[in-house]
Formats: sequence, structure tokens, C-alpha cells
Amino acid sequence: MSVPRRPLPAWAEIAVLPLVNIALAFLVVGVIVRVIGADPLQALKLLVVGAIGSSESIGYTLYYTTNFVFTGLAVAVAFHAGLFNIGGEGQAYIGGLGCGLAVLALDRFLPAPLMIPLAILAAALFGAAWAAVPAWLQAWRGSHIVITTIMFNFLAAALMVYLMVNVLIAPGSMTPQSRGFAASASIPAMHDVLAAIGIRVAPSALNLSILLAVLCCFGVWLFLWHTPWGYALRTMGHNADAAVYAGTNLRHMTMLAMCLSGALAGFVGVNELMGVHHRLVLDFPAGYGFAGIAVALMGRSHPLGIVLAALLFGALQQGGAELAFEIPTITREMVVVIQGLIILFSGALVNMPRPWLQLILSPRRGGEGVK
Amino acid sequence: MGAEAAIELLGIDKSFGSVHAVRGVSLAIGKGAITGIVGENGAGKSTLMSILYGLYRADAGEIRIDGKAVRMDSPHDAIAHGIGMVHQHFMLVDTFTVLENLILGAEGGALLAGGLAAARAELERLAREYGLSVDPDAKVADLSVGEQQRVEILKVLFRGARILILDEPSAVLTPQETDQLFRILATLRERGVTIVLITHKLREIMAATDQVYVMRQGAIVADRCTAETSPEELAELMVGRKVRLQLDKVVARPGEVLLAAEHLSLVDRRGVRVLDDVSLELRAGEVVGIAGVSGNGQTELLQILSGIRPPTGGSLTICGRVVDGHHPSDPAEMRALGLAHVPEDRLRQGMVAAFQAAETAILGYQAEPPFCRNYLIDAPAVGRHCASLMERFDVRPRTPGLLSSSFSGGNQQKLVLAREMAREPRVLLVGQPTRGVDIGAIEFIHRELVKARDRGCAVLVVSVELDEILALSDRILVMFAGRLMGEVAAADADERTLGLMMAGAHGGPKAAAGA
Repeated sequence: MSVPRRPLPAWAEIAVLPLVNIALAFLVVGVIVRVIGADPLQALKLLVVGAIGSSESIGYTLYYTTNFVFTGLAVAVAFHAGLFNIGGEGQAYIGGLGCGLAVLALDRFLPAPLMIPLAILAAALFGAAWAAVPAWLQAWRGSHIVITTIMFNFLAAALMVYLMVNVLIAPGSMTPQSRGFAASASIPAMHDVLAAIGIRVAPSALNLSILLAVLCCFGVWLFLWHTPWGYALRTMGHNADAAVYAGTNLRHMTMLAMCLSGALAGFVGVNELMGVHHRLVLDFPAGYGFAGIAVALMGRSHPLGIVLAALLFGALQQGGAELAFEIPTITREMVVVIQGLIILFSGALVNMPRPWLQLILSPRRGGEGVK
Repeated sequence: MGAEAAIELLGIDKSFGSVHAVRGVSLAIGKGAITGIVGENGAGKSTLMSILYGLYRADAGEIRIDGKAVRMDSPHDAIAHGIGMVHQHFMLVDTFTVLENLILGAEGGALLAGGLAAARAELERLAREYGLSVDPDAKVADLSVGEQQRVEILKVLFRGARILILDEPSAVLTPQETDQLFRILATLRERGVTIVLITHKLREIMAATDQVYVMRQGAIVADRCTAETSPEELAELMVGRKVRLQLDKVVARPGEVLLAAEHLSLVDRRGVRVLDDVSLELRAGEVVGIAGVSGNGQTELLQILSGIRPPTGGSLTICGRVVDGHHPSDPAEMRALGLAHVPEDRLRQGMVAAFQAAETAILGYQAEPPFCRNYLIDAPAVGRHCASLMERFDVRPRTPGLLSSSFSGGNQQKLVLAREMAREPRVLLVGQPTRGVDIGAIEFIHRELVKARDRGCAVLVVSVELDEILALSDRILVMFAGRLMGEVAAADADERTLGLMMAGAHGGPKAAAGA
């Protein structure tokens, strides 16, 4: 029997608590900015303007958000199954490889309406396959998935360097990148699409992959809460014994959860390669896989929460870049510190402000909690 | 009796939100006596004791220890006033020895050696004084449940408690272990320890206490001297209406064999033979009870029969489907064949605490119509299903959206039972049907099981409660050390015969009669 705790109202749980956490993180960031000799208020202003101040910056913010949604969902699906997938980075990388291989093999023969779905499918399959190996090791051999997925990140990076330098490099190129994709393998940029219907916005990296991200959010929500398989997956995550009792094969369910997780992470490759770089390059996952853990944590592993958290992380990524550009003393690393503090406050310290909020929001009385 | 009271509670009141859990309770616990507090689950017993132990703070009222008003802001205060609590769920570290568990939180210095030596001496003294013998160097994981509970009691005494609160101490014990516990409590009382026993089992109140308070809906409704009351009176006071403690049922008319196990054996990972040559038949329209001290293979037998675990030897035929080394089974398939299973441990197996009641109510049936249509779960249908189950099995509160963990034990059990019985299964396996369930619900659950039997369902009941086995079964099988010791027709069964078989004394009624 624990110490009684008056629960917070649902709206405070969803909206107020995360905001308080973020505010606390920014407070600490402000102190640090002050210490390194910059003006915190000016920095905050630059950050916000840099993230949402113009159509260009909004475009970039949403482009980053797209990646964070993919990796956040990937981590969340595994979370619900009670699995901690730290391998989003590697799965994104290999997903991109699948996407790139499909395009390089077929882009001269297939029109866009066939090429793009096929490449998306390839990204999903490759990402899933890369997650399937640690899943298999966990399900049949008992190797802990946290360890194996971390190791698979390194394997993915090494494999990609080898392939890009030795196999997939464009003939005559000095940099490790493939030949450019044909136009049929290009996901349209958002500013082009909007221009076609008469809305003019500044060019940015934002492309229609964001629709795939929205689709994935809906799909994950539908799958987890409205299908029998999602039900079984969540049962396993909450109570593996009950899942066995209900007739769920834990091994198969582990495979399913991790493959879905890997496929979602693999979509980062779609956004990056077909939407932005238009060729296979190195290092495109750029930490999105790891940030996905924070996004899922902050978004409470719910698609809606993940969208909100991904927006925040996208804005930080974009606004932070602007900030580093404008104030020389604030480097890119400082932006990583800011992200780290937000992760700290909304992850590890998420419950710290809860007692204060309970005092303010539900004094004396609250919901149930009887025994 | 105010002068000799160890504890007095005056006008204690406590609400959680809209729920008034304890309503102006006043009582006096006599010094050096065993005082029972009975009430159904949710009557407020545990909340009241948590207030006394400093886990909750009362909204109003006063606590007096030895006549002096005291504040109880935390268990620390309670311990300082000599109050110790033995929880229903043990709080022991399995991989530590008894001695190491004993000094946990009272290590007595930076180096363990000194504390351990002092604790060993103290343990020997306590063992001598109270007759509580436990091997100080045994690992807790190797102890029986009864011994683990003894360690819990020792832990409390070790910290100098003179007032002992026991919260449903027999919930995890076999009848024999319970008797042993009561002998220990009696010794403690002789040595002047004050004991508060919280339970919903009337037999225990009658057997162990001097004085009893009855709680219902947060209030004390009666105060009796145990010698001057009866189980019937207490049951009526607890439930608030007349309760039949006897189960009426007609003679069974067994039909075809629906479940046949032949020479089942199971060797676990450590190489221990957990089940040894178990053969049994279960027919339509009969209740077969499996009696036995907990941990003699009943759990594993249920796992095999329900398809959760394959046997390492022997074969099994359920509703025409053969299961053996070559034909493994899975619970989903068994369920499809008409087998339902109410697991022994509802919290660990039968439900998902973090799910809503409605979701728990389709566990195992989630992929079947009407809950699943076109690959999607039909949430309104699931909610309606749960509401109707709650109505039929009187699950309270009738809120399908409430988390499964928010229901009391009895209501959780009724929900699981309702789920498994809703499809009118051909074979029903029930493990510990009424563990942690209050009297009103026991009566109901027993009647439902008999109803299922009369409908032609083959029912297998595994229980460590001998009363329950005797009340429900048409035939009784006794398990000991992984083997079936024999079969007794319900009509010929009595506690003594079964008790001997449960203890491993060989043979059925004939051998016992000769003894």
C-alpha cells in the first residue's frame, strides 16, 4: 500500500504537466545561457522566431518533426509491447538503404506512382528486417533487446560506410554518395505542391513524407487500440503472463512488435533520401533514432502526444540551428544541451512537479483511489 | 475496558474523493489480547489499519496508544510506538537469508558483521521466547510460504513491536499453515503481545480471537466477544443480510468424458519432477475437486490442462483433441474447443491491471466476434458485453471504463469468472475460485459453478480451501508431491481422511479407515 496520492485531472495530466516540465527545462537553460554570457530572453526570442518565424522556418521545423514522428512512433510501439528499442538509429539507416537500393535498381523503369510506394515498402521491409534480428535473439535466445539493438546501430553504421565507399558510390565521385535518383523517385517538396495550387511559400526541406507520418500516427493508433493484435501486444507489454494465458505467442508477438517498430524507423530514410537528398548518402539518421526515445517518452507513447513532442523537438532542432547561427557563443552543442535538459525534465524528472500541481489543482479532493 | 486498552481509536474518519471509506470509527483494542476485525473486501478494514499504521492520515479523529493521544504521520511513528504490521503480501528479499532480511533497514552500522551477530543473538532469543523457529541462514526463496510469514512476524518483533497488526495473514496459507500461525499468535498473546487480526474468514475469527469488531461500509456495525457469537451471526452482520454458508445442490448426473489425462508428467527446468503419472477423467455435468496443500503440482497441472504449458510426458484429450509430445497445444486453440480457464492468480494471469474492465473482459476472446469485426475491435460491443457481464455477475461498481486494478479482489474474480463462463464452455478449469473473495461473493461464485455443472459443463476446481472442495465437488482427488494420492466420492469425504491424504499418508478412504 503506497502513500495516498490525489490523481491529477486528465487535462492537467496531458497538458499542464508537460508544459510545466518544459518551462522548468527552459528555466535551467536560461541560467546556463546567462552563465556563458548571452542574454536568455534574446536567445529565447531567436529560438522561437527561428523555429516558427517565417514560412521557411516553419517548413524546416515540420520537416524535422516528420523524422521525430517516425522514430517516436517506432519507440512507442515497442514500448507498448514491453520492449525497449534503442535501435531506431540503425533501423532508420538500413531502412534508408532499402529505399535507396530499390530506387537505384528501378528508378529508370518505373513511373513515380509505382516507384515511390515501392521504395517506401522497401524502407519498411529493410527497417523491419534490421529490427527482426535482435527481436529473434530476444524471443528465442533470451539476449536482451536493449543490448542487441544498441549493437545493431553500430553494425548498421559500419555496413553503410562499407557499402557507400566500396559498392554504391557513384562512378568517378570523390564523396561516398550514390548517383542521384531519377525524378520518378522524388517525393514532391511541399513548397512545389503548394505553388501548384497557388499558395506561395519559401522553399524548405519539407516534403509530402509528412503525410506518411500522419498516416503512420493514425495507423499506429488504430492498430494498438482497435485491433486484436494491438490488444495482444499491449497485453504482453503490461502482463506477459496474462498474454500467455490469453493464448498469445510471446515470441511471435515480440517479432511483430519489433518489425513494426523497425519499419516505422525505416521511414526516416524515405523523408531524408527521397524527400531531400535525392541520393543515398551517409549519416542521414543524424540522431533521430535516439531522439525518438525522448519523443515517445514525452508523448506518453500515444500518437497524439508523439505529434506534440515531435513538433517541440522539430522546433528545437530548427530554432536551435538559427540560434547557433545568430549568437556565436551558443554552439550546436548548446542546442543539444537544451534538448538534453528537456529530455531530463520531461523524462526522468517527469513526476517532480506533480505534488506541486496536485496542491494547486486538486486541493483536498480528487478522484478515486480506494481500498 | 478503556483502562486496559492498548490502542483506542476515537471517531476516525477518512474519505477518498467522493468515497467515504471510514465513517467515524471508534474502537478499543485490548492489551495482550487478539482482536479481530472482520468485514467484506472494501468495508474499510485495510484503510483503518493503514491509518493506524501511519500510511494514511485520518481526516478526523484521534488515536491513543496506552491512553495517550499520538500522531501517526508515517509508519516510522507507528514503529516508534511499538506497532508492527505484517502485510498480506510479504516484503522480503528472496535472494537474501532470513538473517539478512531481518536486519534490512536496521543494519546497525556501516559494516554488516556486527549487526548480523547481534541480530543472530536476538533471533535466538525471539525463537526461544515465542517458539518461532526459522533457520537464520536459509534463503527466503527456499522457505515455504508459512515460514516466510514467520520471518515477517520476526521482522516486526525484531524492531521491538508490542502491538502486531496482521492483514489477511491466511490469504496465502494452507489450512495447516494457518493453524500453525494461530498457535504462534496464541504464544505471542501469552507473552503479552497485543494482536489485531484483519480478515474476512469467519472460521479464523472464531478460532483465534478474543474479541471481534465487524465493519460494513466503513463503519463498525457490531462488537462481540468471540465466545458469545457464531459464524452465522457474524456473516449476517458483515453482509447485512442472511447468508447461507451451506451450498444446496442436486446429485450430479455425469455424462460423457470431456477431458482425459493419461500418465501426465512434467519435469521442470531444474530437473525436478513436478508432476508424476497423473491420470484423471472429467465428465460433463460433474464437479471434480483437486485438494492439496499449495505447491504440490496443482498449479502446473492447471497450466498443462489449459494448454499454457506442454507436458513432458503422457497425453491429454480435451473435447476430442489430443495433446502430447507430438501435438503441442496453445491456450487459444483450447479456448476455441470450448475450454475456459479461471487462473489461480487473477492479478498475474487472469487480467491486465492497467486495462479497463471492458478490455479485461475480452482477454483471450479479443479476436472473436462480436468483439472483433473486419479485423477491428468493436469498442461499443466490448463495452456492452462488459456491462452485461457486470450485471449478471453483480460486479461493482458497474463501470466498464474503470481500470481493472480499481476493483476489489472479489469483484475482479467475479469479472474473470464472468468472462470465462459467458461462452457456456464445455470444460471449465477453476483455480482457487474464491481466494481473497468475501463471503457474499463466495456464496455467489459457488452457486454459479454449480449452475454451470447442472448445465452440462465439466468443472474442475483446484483449491487449497478444504471447505470449498467439500462444498463444491462430486468427486475429490487429492494431490501430494506431484501425484494423485487417490479419489474420494464427495459423500464419503471428510476433513480427516482428506487431510491425511494431503499430508502424503498413502491410500484412499479404505487405507485411512484402516488406520
